Formats: sequence, C-alpha cells, structure tokens
Amino acid sequence: MANTFAMAESRGGALRRVALEAVSAARALADASGGGEVHALLAGAPGIASLAPELGKYGADVVIVVEHAGLANANSEVLAATAAVRIRSGGYRAAVFSSSAQGRDLAPRVAAKLGVAMAADVTSFELAGDALVVRHPAYAGKVIATLRLTGTPAILTLRPGARAAVESAKAARVESAQPAIDPASSRVVVKEMIAGGSAKLDIGDAPVIVSGGRGLKSAENFKLVEDLAAAFGNAAVGATRAVTDDGWRPHSDQIGQTGRQVSPDLYVACGISGAIQHIAGMRNSRTIVAINKDKDAPIFKVADYGIVGDVLEVLPVLTAAVKQARSQG
Amino acid sequence: MKIAVCIKRGPDMETRFKIAASGKAVDEAGLKYDLSDFDGYAVETALQLNEKQGPGETVVISLGPDVVQEQLRKALSMGADRAVQLKSDSVPVDGLAIARALAAELQSGGYDLILFGRQAVDSANATVGPMTAELLNLPCATAVSTLDIANGRATARRELEGAAEVVEFALPAVVTVDEGMPRARYPSLKGIMAARKKPLEVKAAQLGEERLTLEKMELPPERAAGRIVGEGPGAVPELVRLLHTEAKVL
Ligand SMILES: Cc1cc2nc3c(=O)[nH]c(=O)nc-3n(C[C@H](O)[C@H](O)[C@H](O)COP(=O)(O)OP(=O)(O)OC[C@H]3O[C@@H](n4cnc5c(N)ncnc54)[C@H](O)[C@@H]3O)c2cc1C
Ligand SMILES: Cc1cc2nc3c(=O)[nH]c(=O)nc-3n(C[C@H](O)[C@H](O)[C@H](O)COP(=O)(O)OP(=O)(O)OC[C@H]3O[C@@H](n4cnc5c(N)ncnc54)[C@H](O)[C@@H]3O)c2cc1C
Repeated sequence: MANTFAMAESRGGALRRVALEAVSAARALADASGGGEVHALLAGAPGIASLAPELGKYGADVVIVVEHAGLANANSEVLAATAAVRIRSGGYRAAVFSSSAQGRDLAPRVAAKLGVAMAADVTSFELAGDALVVRHPAYAGKVIATLRLTGTPAILTLRPGARAAVESAKAARVESAQPAIDPASSRVVVKEMIAGGSAKLDIGDAPVIVSGGRGLKSAENFKLVEDLAAAFGNAAVGATRAVTDDGWRPHSDQIGQTGRQVSPDLYVACGISGAIQHIAGMRNSRTIVAINKDKDAPIFKVADYGIVGDVLEVLPVLTAAVKQARSQG
Repeated sequence: MKIAVCIKRGPDMETRFKIAASGKAVDEAGLKYDLSDFDGYAVETALQLNEKQGPGETVVISLGPDVVQEQLRKALSMGADRAVQLKSDSVPVDGLAIARALAAELQSGGYDLILFGRQAVDSANATVGPMTAELLNLPCATAVSTLDIANGRATARRELEGAAEVVEFALPAVVTVDEGMPRARYPSLKGIMAARKKPLEVKAAQLGEERLTLEKMELPPERAAGRIVGEGPGAVPELVRLLHTEAKVL
C-alpha cells in the first residue's frame, strides 16, 4: 500500500480537464498498490480551495491547498519547489503531473530537484514490483516505447486525453500549506498574460477540433471553420503549420510535430493535405473526418470518413447539418 | 554574449520506421539524420543574437556517440564558433542523466544564455532543458516563441496552450525554443569549408546513474481503413448520419 501524489492544474481560478485526469490516474495507481491515498496539490490565488471537492469526486483523499495572491498565474519556480518539498516528505510511490504546457515545465524541475526517474507524455502505466512501467509514444507517434522507472517516487507526466478521468468519490480532506518559496522572490516574472482567442475552448481541452489548412485559401475563409466549430458547441479551431506560417492563425493553434499533439473525440481536417508532421499531432484522435478536393491526399489514409470536394462549398452545408442534428438530438 | 546551444541528433520523421531485431530500438538502416527541429531553431537564435549584438561566442554541445559530430559540424557550418561532444556509447533514455552531464559541462562555462529545443524530435520528452536549468540553479523559460535581450535582461513570450504569457528574467538563464523562433538557415559552402577548421572538443560524458530504461519498442496498431463517404456537399447528410449512428460523436 502506498500513497500517490497528483498535481491538480488550474488556470484563471478554474480546474483544467488534465487536473481531473491526473487525480484519476493517481487513484488508479494507489488502488493498484493495494489502496493507498491520493494527495492532490492545488495551488492558486485565494479562493482556489473551493475547487477541492471536485478533486475528491475523482479520487483525491487529501487536497493540499496552497493559496497565495502571487499564485494567480502558474509560477513554475514556486510550484516546483512546493511540490518537491511535499513529495520528498510524503513518502509517495509515484507523482503524476500532466503533459500540458504547465506540467511539462514543472515536472522535470521537480524530478531534477529530487534526483528521481521521470517519464514524459505517458499514455498508460502499471506497477511492476518495485518499478513503474509506462508506455510513451515516440518518433512522432510512429513507435510506442515501453519504459521502466526505477526507484521512488517515480514521476510521470500524463498525455492529455490519453486516459479519461473517472469518478471515484472520496471525502477529500483539505490541508492548507504555504508556498515553499515566496512568489515575490521568483526570478522569472510574468509581465503579461495573453488570453487565448476570446475565451474559446483550448484545443487541448476540446472534445471536437475543426482544423483548417491551406485549402481554405485565405484567413477570411477561416470564418467557415469557426462557424462549424460553433455549430458543434464544444469545438476548438486548429490549423496546419502552412497556415500559422502565413499568419492566418496564431502559432498556438498549430497541430503537429512542432505544434500541439491532440486526441479529441472528433477531428475534422478541412483543406489539409495530411503531411506526416501534421498527422503526428492528430493521429490519436478517436474519429477523423477529412474534406479535401484531391481524392489522393494523404489525409484520407488516416481519416475514418472522407468527403472529396471543395471545402468552401462543403463547410457551410456541413455546418447547417450539424446545427440541425444538434437541435434534434 | 557567450551562448551555449545543446543539440540533439534526430532521424527524419518522414521515415517509415521499423523496429530493430533487438526490439529495443528502431532499425537505423537507411535512416537520415539531422539536427532535431527545435535545436536548429535554437542554433539560429544564438547566431542571430550574436550577429545583432556584436562580439560573442556560440558553443554547440551534443551528448552521444561519435555520429553526433555530424550535427555538431552542421551547427559549425551554420556559423557556431566551436563544438563540444560529450561522448557516450549510446544516448541514454534517461533525460536526467543527460541533463547531469550537460550541467557538468555548462557549470564553469560562464555562459550568458543556454538554449535548448522545446523537445527532441524522436522522444519528445521536453525534459532535458528545464532539468539542466534546475541542476545549474538558473532561471528558466520553456516553450519560448519570441525572445528579446537587452542590458542583461531577457523578455520572452511563452506559449501556453491557447494562451500565452510574457515573462522577464535576468541572465544568465536557460531558454527552450518553440515554434515562432527563427528556422535554421542552410549552411553556405563557405560555412561548410570554415567548419572543418573550427574546434570540436571530445570529452567523456558524466552521466551518473540511469533510472529510466527502455524495455521495448513496438509499432502502434494501424488505424482501421477509412472510407470516402461521397463527393461534394451532397455527401454531407450521409457523413452526419455516420457521425451520429456509427461514430457516436454527434
Ligand atoms: C520540421 C518540420 C516540422 C513541421 N511541423 C508541422 C506541424 O507541427 N504541423 C503542421 O501542420 N505542419 C508541419 N510541418 C509542415 C508540413 O510538412 C506541411 O507542409 C503542412 O502540414 C501542410 O499544410 P496544409 O495541409 O495546410 O497545406 P498543403 O500541404 O498545401 O495542403 C493543402 C491541401 O488543401 C487541398 N485543397 C486545396 N484547395 C482546396 C479546396 N478548395 N477544397 C478542399 N481542399 C483543397 C489540397 O488538395 C491540399 O491537399 C512541418 C514541416 C517540417 C519540415
Ligand atoms: C522511446 C525512446 C527512443 C529513443 N531512441 C533513440 C534513438 O534511436 N537514438 C538516440 O540517439 N537516442 C534515442 N533516445 C534517447 C532520446 O532521444 C533522448 O536523448 C533522451 O530521451 C533524452 O532526451 P529527451 O527526449 O528527454 O529530450 P528532450 O528533453 O525532449 O530534449 C529537449 C532538448 O534537450 C536537448 N538535448 C536532448 N538530448 C540531448 C543530447 N543528447 N545532447 C545535447 N542536447 C540534448 C536538446 O536541446 C533538445 O531539444 C530514445 C529515447 C526514448 C525515450
């Protein structure tokens, strides 16, 4: 029996989906080790404690709440120091972080502070005696590596969406803690937060992604992509590098090898050729739809459903049909 | 400025990878290698900073067997001043072991700025940069898409999944380079000639204990073959029906 640590990521005072996935994964690890506790670290501006019960719902026995005005924005120096102190003293078997921008920044620092094994971007895991054995997609998702982490605590970052969060209600005792270092002493100072495209769903959180490529012909035509995303109601907009390079969309929307890796329930590729570097970022989507005027476009090789046609003609019709289907369903 | 850039050799991702007989590596036969994507941006960033800001030195460092000298030479031919190979029989999978060896080399180098790629092209762990920063006890900004340096201070934009932040920090510091930073230039013929005479020092890598090891590698299951639903807007009703009844995503 061993306790497991989870980092509960928040942004702007709200939990991110990856926080629930991390807690849920820690729950599975604790259960697999014979029923230890899950301790989740939740840090943010005063008031963040109100999110603790939600973490209990997904399996946290203890929520360590760190409230500080200086933590309104994630601060890796402070969070890494605080997590490391807790993990060092907590006797954990494993510590679960998210392979999100925040988690990727944080977990390696913690692993280096503690001098322990860390595996990144993990899609599945199991305890094997004293070791933790994990799977990790490598080579742009074309190869799956199985890795062994020796020693405790083992640190892993979980690929967003790879493992759904499952409810497992616990009482979630709240413990308050202080930041291990004063946020005001941080050497890296946040001067400005730039919110993503008008508070829309982030591509990492959205169950549906509508993505556009050069086949859309202009930045203005992305309106058609946005309209389809709006029709789904739970969709975000993505893009290829050709499009972000041309400045039609911001770099943060880029999906692929050098962009974001996503695995939504539905990915709609509009006017995208399907270059390997793009596919590297979306091949793990559950269902893939492609619309392309070239029937030989490589995107059709990974798509479950394809329409051969002019995306500028197909999109408005698809948007209307999705709206109608949703109003009936 | 004195700038170090840590670079990694990586295979061309267009390849159809096969697993080697050992089951523990990809079959290297016929693979083409280059600088890892973001490491190319990092070298370019260093060169441009020193070109703009006057006299400086760009040092490229790679850990691995002798084949990494190819990538070190490429960086030299782009314009880096000297190279260091931290020699090891193979590249460990344990990022912390790599970070330890890099930190040991960087420790006494007197660098103003240490650049990494956001993530390596093959394993894509994105761990070595922030780990090295931690071991060196330096400020660190990851996933940086713009970087301005003036009077010993840096201002950087960090990409945060649909949001971004602008951060400020004093040098010396560690930065990992993301999309948005300048792409690697092509070496000129003159650059390639000059690179042959530039110093490339070989030292033993001080890796220490490795706690992350590779058990096996395998190819992922193939996606089931998809189908073309139809042509043009007329195919939309059938697509929507399939999304509703078969894929159950609508
Ligand atoms: C190191 C490296 C890293 C890279 N990283 C990434 C990455 O992270 N993400 C990424 O996306 N790319 C990346 N790329 C670029 C990648 O190789 C491709 O160039 C890019 O994905 C192509 O984008 P696209 O599909 O929008 O454009 P194109 O390849 O130009 O394809 C446009 C498609 O639209 C179709 N089309 C044209 N008009 C219409 C129409 N009216 N109706 C319907 N279809 C139409 C065409 O048939 C074509 O298939 C990378 C490249 C390199 C070298
Ligand atoms: C599944 C798997 C397969 C692998 N297969 C191979 C293989 O076939 N051949 C092989 O050589 N290695 C292989 N490795 C080793 C691997 O590529 C990395 O060197 C190691 O995992 C640590 O780097 P990282 O992926 O954490 O790098 P990241 O943390 O993603 O790299 C970030 C940055 O750190 C720097 N960096 C990383 N590694 C080095 C280095 N060695 N020298 C200098 N700077 C560096 C670069 O700036 C890089 O952009 C494999 C690793 C794994 C997990």
